[in-house]
Amino acid sequence: MLRQLTLTALAAAGFASLAAPAVAQDTVYVPLLTYRTGPFAGSGIHIANGMRDYLEMLNQRDGGIGGAKIIIEECETGYDTKKGVECYESTKGKNPVLYNPYSTGITLQLIPKAAVDKVPVLSMAYGLSASADGNNFPWVFNPPVTYWDGASVFIRHVLQAEGGNIKGKTIGLIHLDAPFGKEPIPVLEALAKEYGFNLKLYPVPAAQMQNQGSVWLSIRRDRVDWIYNQGWGAMNPTAVKEAVKNGFPINKLVGVWWAGGDDDARAGEAGAKGYKTLNFHNTGAQFPVMQDILKHVFDKNLSQAKREQVGENLYNRGVYNSMLIAEAVRTAQRLTGKKAVNGADVRRGLEALNITEARLKEIGMEGFAAPVKVTCADHNGHNKVFVSQWDGTKYVKASDWIEPLKNIVRPLIEQAAKEYVSKDAGWPKRTEACDAPA
Amino acid sequence: MDLLFKIFIDPFLQMGGAPDLLVQTLWEGLVSGVLYALIALGFVLIFKASGVFNFAQGIMVVFAGLTLVGLHEKGVPAWLAVLLTLGVMLALAVAVERVVLRPLVNQPDIILFMATFGLTYVLIGIGEFIFGGEPKQMIAEELGLPRGAFDVAMLGGRVTFQKIDIAAAVIASIMIAALAVFFQYTRIGRALRAVADSHKAALSVGISLNQIWAIVWFAAGIVALITGIMWGARSDVSFALQTIALKALPVLILGGFTSIPGAIVGGLIIGIGEKLAEFYWGPLVGGGIENWIAYVIALGFLMVRPQGLFGDKIIERI
Repeated sequence: MLRQLTLTALAAAGFASLAAPAVAQDTVYVPLLTYRTGPFAGSGIHIANGMRDYLEMLNQRDGGIGGAKIIIEECETGYDTKKGVECYESTKGKNPVLYNPYSTGITLQLIPKAAVDKVPVLSMAYGLSASADGNNFPWVFNPPVTYWDGASVFIRHVLQAEGGNIKGKTIGLIHLDAPFGKEPIPVLEALAKEYGFNLKLYPVPAAQMQNQGSVWLSIRRDRVDWIYNQGWGAMNPTAVKEAVKNGFPINKLVGVWWAGGDDDARAGEAGAKGYKTLNFHNTGAQFPVMQDILKHVFDKNLSQAKREQVGENLYNRGVYNSMLIAEAVRTAQRLTGKKAVNGADVRRGLEALNITEARLKEIGMEGFAAPVKVTCADHNGHNKVFVSQWDGTKYVKASDWIEPLKNIVRPLIEQAAKEYVSKDAGWPKRTEACDAPA
Repeated sequence: MDLLFKIFIDPFLQMGGAPDLLVQTLWEGLVSGVLYALIALGFVLIFKASGVFNFAQGIMVVFAGLTLVGLHEKGVPAWLAVLLTLGVMLALAVAVERVVLRPLVNQPDIILFMATFGLTYVLIGIGEFIFGGEPKQMIAEELGLPRGAFDVAMLGGRVTFQKIDIAAAVIASIMIAALAVFFQYTRIGRALRAVADSHKAALSVGISLNQIWAIVWFAAGIVALITGIMWGARSDVSFALQTIALKALPVLILGGFTSIPGAIVGGLIIGIGEKLAEFYWGPLVGGGIENWIAYVIALGFLMVRPQGLFGDKIIERI
């Protein structure tokens, strides 16, 4: 009896060993700090859908990135810095390849942790503008543009519209009264001195996002000529509505790229036609990458988004963000020869990131965005930006690609980075080696 | 000296220099004030009946607004959706009475207060589960609410009166008056006031505490729906709206937690006061003071009348 049992057990063990795969599947773990709830969900949901769907498409179509399956895990932050840090702490033990905080407040908290935990932070076109200085922030990346670049592009757009002279004009910044909203203030102050315009600031506390009546009365009193909107969440549709209601020329209200949700413009109904927002990628579902998402994700009911939302501005923003993640992982795999790369590898991948026109075409994004190149010293690229305009139903490209005022922005960034580092006596000096560009 | 000029003289010179903007600011403050009063009324009704500060009033505004828009999105005609939403708010009131309040009878007030915290998060969860987190546009046009504005030339400038704001002020005023009359002159209103004075005395004369609680929570639900429609039409229906409901707190501090006239007058003082403060004094400190100045106004009044403008003066024998 005992012999029979032993033989059965051995046979079962042998069968199990045959059935098990010879090698465990290589994986890369990508935590996504997202927010589908709370006052900022109106913006956050679309981004989260776009980010998730692109990575899911890679899993479904290609089996992941370079042979490594992507483990996607969302952690709900509600755009709350405390919850964001909790998400970070609860996931950092799972060998994440990078973090997308999706909040400037959370990014500011994670910046000092990145070098310690050896996991890079990718704050795509948000976060601390000064972190573009790779010599002082080797673990933080914010391509393709900083808020300071964005503000300078806005001023260039105004200069173009006003015939090159904006001396004496009044330009307002309506902004969320939070770290994200305040980011462009230093560069706008510098540009106000340079070009001689009057800068007026209109902070909107989070609790007042849907109660902006007195802010817009102040804008009327101050006879503001142009407004730059650094808003997020429920602040944006209300700002567009208030601009329409107060008769502010809608084509002189320009949002940062985060104030460019389709729902933001729709809130202003017919009066919102002409509303502008900065952008660094195109809208629409005509690109091959979007068609692949529809085929491999939507047709298999793997998305949380509605099919018609593919191609909307913030959905495409999420797709763009995940494209950067995937390309950074791919570059890291090439540099290290490993499939299952870790955070330190992906930091190298981010630093050698070089997404050319040819590469954009290969990944189905020809005409969707401009090439991006990151270097060890420049973690941003300060890429070109264009102005999108709401045509009543969708955003359309309304300008050429506009170069940021790098000669003004870059020295400010380097100065701000030095100041940031000098305030923290224990800030580590860069010891990370620099890989040759891809 | 310059600072004193900017604080005590310049704002009044600005008022005199651009009287049209002063009128516009007062109008904006009046509209906000009426809506604050309406929200505060929801708190007062429940506080009078049960001695509980209903922290869930803000999310009830969002929940009612989302239910209305959500039903309409499912193809229900606008006015039928309003009726069905009222049905949902009635069901919520009965459920709150049965599940939350009744088991907590005779518990300290703080326990009931904490229960309304729990209710808030339950409603947020249910709301997000059913309707999603995206903001929704209020069906203002389908409900026949007016659009556009009157531009009136006056005082050397122009003053704009949005039709939706006029409608909000009128509807909120009618609602406040109707509730005041209902609770002042009807049998249920008298029963409510009896409950507010003493639960035990009310029970001893045959007033059903459970019934009164369900009625006041339903009344608060109606107030929430009206507020959700009017504020939703001015911006959007989103979960951010619940924070605006907390504007009722300084209104209640000012007007007293148990007074319907207090909610009305308090709402107007806070609404107009915060707009004037933000517009004329806000630039001195970089703006964005509207959020906290309401509390400064309320606390200023409390220094003179600790029980609030219309609150009951409590004298206890020791």
